Amino acid sequence: MTVTYAYYPGCSLHSTGSEYDVSFKAVCEKLGVEIQEIKGWVCCGTSPAHCTSRLLSLALPLQNLCLAEKMGLTEVVAPCASCFARLKTAIHEVDEDPEVEGQLRDILGTSLPKSVNVVSPLELFSNGADVASAVTRDLSGLKVVCYYGCLLTRPPKVMQFDECEYPMSMDRLLGSAGIETLDWSCKTDCCGGALSLTETDVVLKLTRDIFEEAKAVGANAIAVACPLCHANLDTRQAEVEQKYGAQYGLPSFYFTQLMGLAFGVPADKLGLHKHFVSADGLLPDICKG
Amino acid sequence: MAELSPTILSQSGLAEAVFKESGQNVNLCYQCRKCAAGCPISYAMDYKPAQLIHAIRLGMDDLVFGSKTVWLCASCETCTTRCPQEVDVAKVMDAVKIIALRQGVKPAIPRVASFYRAALANIKKCGRMFELGMIVGLKLRTFEFFKDAGLGMKMMKKGKLKVVPSLGGAWTTWKIFRRVKRFEKKNRNS
Repeated sequence: MTVTYAYYPGCSLHSTGSEYDVSFKAVCEKLGVEIQEIKGWVCCGTSPAHCTSRLLSLALPLQNLCLAEKMGLTEVVAPCASCFARLKTAIHEVDEDPEVEGQLRDILGTSLPKSVNVVSPLELFSNGADVASAVTRDLSGLKVVCYYGCLLTRPPKVMQFDECEYPMSMDRLLGSAGIETLDWSCKTDCCGGALSLTETDVVLKLTRDIFEEAKAVGANAIAVACPLCHANLDTRQAEVEQKYGAQYGLPSFYFTQLMGLAFGVPADKLGLHKHFVSADGLLPDICKG
Repeated sequence: MAELSPTILSQSGLAEAVFKESGQNVNLCYQCRKCAAGCPISYAMDYKPAQLIHAIRLGMDDLVFGSKTVWLCASCETCTTRCPQEVDVAKVMDAVKIIALRQGVKPAIPRVASFYRAALANIKKCGRMFELGMIVGLKLRTFEFFKDAGLGMKMMKKGKLKVVPSLGGAWTTWKIFRRVKRFEKKNRNS
């Protein structure tokens, strides 16, 4: 029996990261993965919640897991790394702290989900999906560095996914899709995340370090699995170049966009036109044809 | 109320408040400074994470609440991951912010606190983050009207910012926010 996954898109995938939403769905379709969006989902609260109220930061994700359970689904997939981390953290903290569990039960007015499991698309697609036989397009010109960012693997006690300091799941997945990935030292470095709107200089410095390393190992593209990472690496790249007098021209892709391209999905169906740093030069035949 | 570990004989009020808020015992820290070494933002902090932890142990409230460190924390969880004593340093950072806001201490970087407030007000009212509305809310709080204006325009043109919020979950979040507030008040008084 095939599992149907409850799909929690989160706010970014409905706006700034809509390319991740469309490309994730396209890859699911190609690989025969069944997903159903959680009806009536709400924001997970992300950093503003956990920085200001522990209860709120747990109640919001749990509300969504309750909704998934009501749909009869116990496997939840959350593509946004921040949503993924908040959902996993909520499950972990409720397990660890019976007192807070009781309070959350009262706040949500329902019993908390007991057997819900949350996965990222990296985990989902790595679990026996036949990626190699779905490949129809040659992407051998690409030299990609996989940027996992912070929250997919940290803290390992909560996330329990891949190797926290040196993950390989995205490298393996893109490798099975015929895409060359390069080793580099910034896999799990931080891009500054939500400081983008408030402490922009920090983000510009951290992303510059990432671009420098990507260039140094000979990459011509960066693959990400987080809408915040993508926003910082893509929409602010021109600012970084201006501030530091550098020229990077490094397109950032959601790893699902690269998989979609390898599976022969047209570029416009994967949201490539929404990127600030264009991939036209890198993939001329695909983007223009 | 959470019980303190029996190994702690005496500790600062701030360390105790952090423990009550987060369950984290800063007295376990032996100053190896792995948190400071791994922190991607420590270059910009006035006190490194290890120094802040030490100041909490010593009960140096003014230093801790006057420091930019917790407001610069990006919650990347590197410190938490690497601490050999399993102190969840990122959670301590959150706890200090929560305590500061509750006590009405002026945040050392007010615009970060403004961002949290703008975002939460938005989630409460809309159910899901309506990014354009949140950004307007942030600008009304910080008066930085022209910051990132060009970037925002370009994102609109690319269809990366929604112009109309989806209010489907608004009633749910409004209810959750209200109940959380009630529980927090009760917890404070207990």
